[in-house]
Amino acid sequence: MKYESQGIAKMYFIAAIALFVGQILFGVTMGLQYVMGDFLFPEIPFNAARMVHTNLLIVWLLFGFMGSAYFLVPEEAERELYAPWLAKLMFWIFLVAGGLTILGYLLVPYARLAELTMNDLLPTMGREFLEQPTITKIGIVIVALAFVFNIGMTVLTGRKTVINLVLLTGLVGLAVFFLFSFYNPDNLVLDKYFWWFVVHLWVEGVWELIMASLLAYVLIKVTGVDREVIEKWLYIIIAMALISGLVGMGHHFFWIGAPAYWQWLGSVFSALEPIPFFMMTLFAFSVVNKRRRDHPNKAAVLWALGTAVMAFLGAGVWGFLHTLAPINYYTHGTQITAAHGHMAFYGAYVMVVLTMISYSMPLMRGKKAANVTAQKLEIRSFWMMTLSMVAITLLLTAAGTMQVYLQRYSAEPLPFMIVQDKLAIFYWLREVAGLIFLSGLFLYIYSFFAKGKEVEFIAEQAE
Amino acid sequence: MRETFTKGMARNIYYGGGIFFLLVLIGLSVDTVRSLPKTDNSQNLTETVAAGKRVWEVNNCIGCHSLLGEGAYFAPELGNVYTRFGESTENIKAFIKYRPVDGIPGRRSMPQFNLTEEELEAIAQFLKYTDGIKTARNWPPNIQG
Repeated sequence: MKYESQGIAKMYFIAAIALFVGQILFGVTMGLQYVMGDFLFPEIPFNAARMVHTNLLIVWLLFGFMGSAYFLVPEEAERELYAPWLAKLMFWIFLVAGGLTILGYLLVPYARLAELTMNDLLPTMGREFLEQPTITKIGIVIVALAFVFNIGMTVLTGRKTVINLVLLTGLVGLAVFFLFSFYNPDNLVLDKYFWWFVVHLWVEGVWELIMASLLAYVLIKVTGVDREVIEKWLYIIIAMALISGLVGMGHHFFWIGAPAYWQWLGSVFSALEPIPFFMMTLFAFSVVNKRRRDHPNKAAVLWALGTAVMAFLGAGVWGFLHTLAPINYYTHGTQITAAHGHMAFYGAYVMVVLTMISYSMPLMRGKKAANVTAQKLEIRSFWMMTLSMVAITLLLTAAGTMQVYLQRYSAEPLPFMIVQDKLAIFYWLREVAGLIFLSGLFLYIYSFFAKGKEVEFIAEQAE
Repeated sequence: MRETFTKGMARNIYYGGGIFFLLVLIGLSVDTVRSLPKTDNSQNLTETVAAGKRVWEVNNCIGCHSLLGEGAYFAPELGNVYTRFGESTENIKAFIKYRPVDGIPGRRSMPQFNLTEEELEAIAQFLKYTDGIKTARNWPPNIQG
C-alpha cells in the first residue's frame, strides 16, 4: 500500500462482506419458502425476503465497487485521495441509509413504508430491484455523486491511466443511469422500457467497465505483465461489451409491448454479449501464463481466474441459452432466468469484488499476502462457494427446463402452481447447495482470522 | 495480441463503437416511444388504472409475481390473469380479498393485503389494462402464463 488513503477501502470491504452474509441468509430463507410455502409466513413473506436478498446484493456490491475504487485510484493516480474525509462520511451515510431501508422492508408492511416515506410525492417504489423508498434513492444519488466527485478529482489531478479512466467512466455511467429510477410513468410499457435503462445498462453495460478495469488492475499487480499489453486487452474487452450490450438491451424488449423489430435486434446483438466475457477469460489466462513473477497471494490469482471463467459461464453462456427470441418466447420469466441471474451476478460481480478484497486486504493489514493457512482456507471457501453456485445454477436450469415444458410447451399446459409442486425435488437440492454456499461464506470470513506460517517471499524480478 | 494491432486501435474501437451504438440505441428508443401507442393499450389507461398501478407498486406485487414475464417467479404470471380468470375483474377482486391472514399450512399463499374496495377495483382494472397490451406473438404462449 503506497498511499495512506487507500486504507479507507477496508471499512467498505468489511461492510460489504457483512451485508453479503445478510444477503445469503435471506437467500436460503427464500429457498426454503420455495418448498415450505408457509415458512415464516406471514411475518416475513417471500416478497419481503426477496427484496432484502436482491437489495442487499446491490448495496454490498456498491460498497465493494466503492472500496475497490478507493484502493485502486490513489495508487494508479499516484496521489492521495482528493478528500478522504468525504469518503469516510459517505460510508456512514450509505451504511445507515441502507440499514434503515432494509429494516423498513422487514419491520413494516411495504405499503406502510411507502406511506411513511411519502412515496406519493414522487412514486418510484415497487418496481423490481428499485424497491427502495424515494428518499433512499435520493440518498443513493447523493452518495454516488460525492463518490464520483472524489474519485474524479483524484484521477483528474493525478496520473491518468487507462485503468483509472475506464473505471471512472464506468462509475459515472453507474450514477447517471440510476437517474432513470426516478422515471415511473403510468404507462406500464413505457415504465418497463426505461426501467431497463437502470437494470440492463448497469449489469450488462457500465458495470462491465468497472469489472474489467478491476480485473486488469489485479492482473497487472499479481503477474507483473507489461501495462501496455493489459491496457490493449482492456480496451478491446470493454469495446465489445458496449458494442454488443447497448443494442443487446433489446433482448428485454421482446414481450413487453415494444415494437417487433426488437426481436431481431435484441437476438443478434445480445448473441454477441458472450464475446467480451470470453475475451476476459482468454485475457486472464494469457497474462497469468505470461507472468513475470509468482505473487505470494495465490488466493487472489485464483479469484481473478475464477472471475473470468465464471463470468463467462454465468453471464455469457447462461445468458446466451435463452437470449434468442424464439427460445425466450418459452423461457421468459421462468426458473431459467433465475438460473442465469444467480451465476451471472456471482461470477461477474461478486467474484470481482472478492478478487479485489483478496488482493488488497492483506496489503491494508501490512502484509504482502495472507499467511499460508489463511490462504488455504480462502481457497477452500472459493471452491465451496463457486461449486455450490454451479450446482444452484444447474438445478434451477433443470427446474426451468421442466417448467417450460409443463407450463408453456406441452400440448396440455399445466397451471403454474401445479408445475411448481412437480419441481420440488430440484428446489430441495438447490436449498442444500445454498446451505453449502453459506458454509463456504463463513469459512471465507474465518480465513481472515486464521493464524499460520507467513508466506515466504519469492525474489521478485524487476518490473 | 499481435503487434500490428495497437493499443491506439483498440482505444478507437472502444470510443467509436461505444458512442456509435449509444446513438443507435437513442435513435431506436425515440422510434419505440413514438410507435408505442399502437401496442401499449394507452387508450384504456384511465385514472383508475393509474391508481391501480400505484396499488400494484406499494404492495410489492412484483416481489412474488411476474408481469409480462418480469419480476419474481414465486407466484403466477399476471400479465394475462384477466383472461385466465374468465375476463372478470370481480373474480380478481374476490381472489385478492379472501386470502387467509395466516396463510395455508405447508403451502405458498398470497398475503392478506387488506385493500379497500376502491383499491381492489383499481388493481383489477390495472390488471385488465395490462392484459390488453399487445405483446409480440401474443406472449405468454398460453393461458397458464
